[in-house]
Formats: sequence, C-alpha cells, structure tokens
Amino acid sequence: MIPRHLIIAVAILLAITLGMSLYVWRMRGRVDRIEVSTIDTQPVAPPVAGASEQVTLYVAYDDAGVLRPKSVRIPLPVGRQERAAEILRALLPIYEDQFSPHPLAPGSEIRDVYLVDPGLAVIDLNAAFADNHRSGVLVEELTIVSLVQTLSANIPGITRVKILVEGRDRDTLAGHADLSNFYDVPAVTQAVAQLQNAQ
Amino acid sequence: MRWSKPRPLAPPSGRLSRGRLGPAALAFTASILLASTLLLNSSPEEKRITIYSNAANYSLPVLERNGDEYIGLLEVFEPLGSVTAKTNGPHWKFRYYDIDSDFTAGKTRARIRGSDYDLPASFLLENGRGLVPLSCLGTLMPRILGGPVTFNQNSRRLFVGNVAVHFTAQVSKTTPPKLVMNFTAPVNPMIATEPGKLRMAFNHEALVAPGSQALTFDSKVIPDATFRENNGAAELVVAATVPLIASFANNGRTIIIEPVPQAVAPTPTASVPRPPPTASIGPSGISAPASIRRYFAVVDPSHGGDERGASLTGQLAEKDVTLAFARVLRQELNIRGIPTLLLRDGDSTLSLDQRASLTNSARPAIYICIHVASQGNGVRVYTALVPTQAENNGPFLSWDAAQTTFQLLSRTAGNGLVAELHSKQIAARSLIAPLRPLNNITTAALALEIAPPSSDVAQLDSPAYQQSVAAAVAAGVADVRSQLEAAR
Repeated sequence: MIPRHLIIAVAILLAITLGMSLYVWRMRGRVDRIEVSTIDTQPVAPPVAGASEQVTLYVAYDDAGVLRPKSVRIPLPVGRQERAAEILRALLPIYEDQFSPHPLAPGSEIRDVYLVDPGLAVIDLNAAFADNHRSGVLVEELTIVSLVQTLSANIPGITRVKILVEGRDRDTLAGHADLSNFYDVPAVTQAVAQLQNAQ
Repeated sequence: MRWSKPRPLAPPSGRLSRGRLGPAALAFTASILLASTLLLNSSPEEKRITIYSNAANYSLPVLERNGDEYIGLLEVFEPLGSVTAKTNGPHWKFRYYDIDSDFTAGKTRARIRGSDYDLPASFLLENGRGLVPLSCLGTLMPRILGGPVTFNQNSRRLFVGNVAVHFTAQVSKTTPPKLVMNFTAPVNPMIATEPGKLRMAFNHEALVAPGSQALTFDSKVIPDATFRENNGAAELVVAATVPLIASFANNGRTIIIEPVPQAVAPTPTASVPRPPPTASIGPSGISAPASIRRYFAVVDPSHGGDERGASLTGQLAEKDVTLAFARVLRQELNIRGIPTLLLRDGDSTLSLDQRASLTNSARPAIYICIHVASQGNGVRVYTALVPTQAENNGPFLSWDAAQTTFQLLSRTAGNGLVAELHSKQIAARSLIAPLRPLNNITTAALALEIAPPSSDVAQLDSPAYQQSVAAAVAAGVADVRSQLEAAR
C-alpha cells in the first residue's frame, strides 16, 4: 500500500512538471516571434515633413525588362542628402506593393544616402533588401539602374554611385549584379538606353 | 586598384625603317636604354619573409642593417597571439601571452623565459621598435612559442607547427595528356603563361617541395615541372612543348593542366567557316604567335560548388543548369570547328577573379559566361558595363576596366548571336550589365542569361531546349568568327 502523502506529493510534482513544460513551450514560441521580428522589416526613417515637390522616379518593369519614368509628388526635406534618401525611398512603396511591376522583398529599405563631393553618392541598403532580393542578372540590374537613374535624375551633380549593404561592401546584390565597383552615371544611362531600345 | 596586363607599347615593327633614324636619334635611344637598365638594376626587389601558421599566413618586409638582415619582432608575433612591448632605456621588454623576454639595444645576449639566449648579431632598437637578426628566428621562435618552427632561411619561408601543404603530380596517359596536381589543402596560385611554360606563384600557401624539386613525367608534351622557393614565395613551373591552360577542381585542391585546345577539323558544311591554318611550330616546339592566333572559345558555367546561384525551382539550382548547358554548347561549338574549353566541368567553386585570370591567360577568341534565370523568356545576351572613368595608368589597364578596349568586339559578337537566335525563332535581347567577370576579360566577352521559352521554368532543364539554344549560340559564334579573328 502506497502511503497517501506520497501519492499527493507525486501528483503535485507531476502537476508542476506539466505546468513548467507548458510555460517553457509558450516562452519558446514567444522567443521565435521576437527573433523573427528583429529581422529588419520596419521602416528605419521617420516620416518626412516638408513641402511637396514633383520628382521623376524610374520604375523597373520585369515583364518588359525596362525602366519607365513616373512623376510623383512627395514631401521633401530641405537638405540635399536627406532629399536624395527620400526620393529613393519613394520607390519602395511601388516595389513592395501587391501588384508591383518589380517586386522587392518585404522590409527592403534604403538606410541612408551619403553625398560625397565631388559627385559621389553612396546608397546604403538594409540587409533585407539584398538578402531577400530575387536572383538573376536582369532582375538585379533593373533594381540597381532604377536606384541610380532615379537618384541622378533628381539630384544634379551626381556622377558616380556606390551601393553598400548595412554599411559594408558586398560583392553582388543577389549573386549577379556587381556591387564591388562604383557605378558611373553615364555608363548606367547607356545601359538604360540599351534596355529601352532592346524591348 | 588592381592592374591587368600592360598594353602593347611599341608600334608594329617594320613601320619605321632604320634609314630614317639619324645618328642623334640612335644615340638618344641608346642613352634611354642605358638609363633604364641602370635604373632597373638599382631598384632590387624588396626582401620579404613569409610566415605560415594555423592562425594566419602573412608576409613581412626584411630590413638591411649593418650588412645583416633584420626583422621587427613585434610584427612577427602580432598575428600569432597577444603581444606587448615596452621600452625602458636600452631595454626592450617583450611579452607574448605570459612569456617574458628582455632584449638590450646593441647587445647580443637576451633573456627569454628566464634563461639566456645569444643572438647572432646585436639587437637593435629603432624608435621603440625591436629588431632581431632574421637568421635567429628558427631558434628564437620555438623558445617563445614553445612549439616547433621550420625556417628555410634561403627562401625566407617560416612554418609554425605542422602547416605545410603537400602535393602530388601525375601526368595522365590520355590524349591530350593532363597534368593532375592534388594538394592537401585548397590553393589559389597566380597563374601566368609564357611560351613553353606555365608558372604558378603560391604567395599565400605553405606549399613545400615534394621529394625532389625537379619533377619529371613520362610525357613528351609535359616533360617536367620545377618547384622553386624564393623571397617568401613558392613557385611551380610546368614545362611543355605546347601552350598550356590550368583549371581548378575539387574546391581548389586539384589543379589540372592541359594543352590549350587545338583547332579541330570543321564539319565540311558550306555555312561553317573553316579554321585558318595554324602557324608552324618551330624547332623548339614552342611558338608564341601560334598560340596567340589559335582560335578557340572559353565557356564559363557560372556559379558552382558552394555557390548555387539562383534557385530556379525547389530542386533545380542555377549552377547545375549552367553546367549542363555549357556542356551542350561545347559540343555544338566543337561540331562547328571551334575548340572549346570549359572553366569548370564539375561542381567546383571558382572565384570571379580566378575565372577572369584563367581566361585571360588562355587568350581565347571569345569568352562566354552562362547564367540561367526563371524570369522572362528567351535568351538575354550581355556585354560588360565598364566604368567610363576607368583609371588607367600608363601602359597598365585597370583590372575593373580591362574589357574597355574589347567592348566594340564584344558588342559585334553579341549582335551576331542575337541575330542568329532570332533566325531560329528564339526570343533574344542584347543588353549591357554590371556583371563580373565580364569587365575583367581581355578578349570578346559575353554573358548569356537563358530564360525558359514559356512560363514553364522546368523547360530550362529540357535537353531539347538546351540543344536548340546552344545550336543557335554556336552558329552565332561561327558567324562572327571572321570579325573575332581579324581583331586578333
């Protein structure tokens, strides 16, 4: 005959074990959710206040494999560097839209744009932009020429563009388009002209 | 900034006749040559030592002091672990982890781990920097490190622990013969070719000689190879009676050296141009102009090994389709009398620089790089997006803009391919792309991005589709052969 107090003690221990297991199980799920949310999927820049101005965005279209200019009015800050960043960020809602002509991964962001005289612009993308970008020569090229062409068309004086990811050099965007070198704006303009002619 | 091969400096000989050069011009030329020779002789190669260890492989400059070779002790140990140094009057106290050493400027006796150690020449102290004679490293370092060190003073190569990379070399009995070199660790030598020789410089690998420094093979084509060590680097020179090309396999652990593909007899069809007669091989069996004029293609299946490329479907990786297509293209080019070399014929990893370097040293008439994509349809033919403000320096071309002088030729070839694809009812576009290594290649260079014929991505793996595209591309290359040959 097992003593009654022993049965009660074992039952309490089993209940505690079960309770702890449930608690650990729930905490593990919560940690998974926290880890997912720490991937940079949120906008990194605050909303911009300033007078609305008309700018020309060069939007990539995968189907035809071309860039098409699109005029939009967006609020722009006064500083040249901040304006450059905001103009590029205006491309992202188009690319992240459900019916995007050139889909980019959710959470893709322009972290910053730095203008270094004479004529150099440095575009810093976030990790989600590059890590989750579709892989292919044309799709990667369209993204790059869209950024470079939009920037050079709206910010006068830019002759060269360098693209970084999370502030660091990277060999390619997603396995193809070269990010290790500087982009000459005249050379990119020539490549864009070729894209338009070849459609 | 990296630099590629120098541009030809001299105009074609024969344009200037000797009769037009006056005595003054001859004297001026002679004085320039004399001055150049003196200048070259007065600037010897910088002496260096290379240290190989499990922590790092690194190279340091060797200093000349009082007729002896010296080295900074702090620089020697810094990559190996935690080091500190403190100057106190003529004393220089050096600490590696918890091992203390005490050196005195102008003295040959030092204290290491509490016991005396005699240097072969005086210790020098220069602005807080402690210099020891180079020759003592073989005995000084084991005392401080507490482990074995092998120092080859003549070649200035020092091995800390068991880090040496060994290799075997064997010539296969195939036709043509292949020299297969297997290394115990991945290697990435700088490869250069010259008439009758292929040189591999191992600047960062702890490569050591096999039993003998001279390797002889039972082959008339590749009779021998020589291992040399000098100034902190190792070099393997493979001798041959024909031009050679090297390719990598087994993730850099194997190097295969074989003759550059010979021109083969073309299929006797009216539409295919016949290859030009190759220059006769001289008494030495080696003729540089012949190798330069030899017409062949290099096909580069992109990605490979660790680098899968794009995931085309759940199971289909870009690297596998590029290789399959490249093999079909090689077959189609061979049928049209164009010998073809694949940069990789297996699942091996090659860096972009390696691809460019192998291609440039082989000097093909055309380089074709293969990519595959699930987006769009048909074939996209790319030429390089080369920076317009390339920083060329005198006779040297910027590595990143080495393609500049070949852009027109590449576009001519690209247009030929697109026209041929159109004639076979295959959708094709000619584009410019920022795609390495196109901009590093010093010959006509194209990249093909092959998309499925329709929205069905699985078609990319279809032998029928690959065959039709490869046949059109090969026909396009054959069509532009005369332009490519004229440019050579």
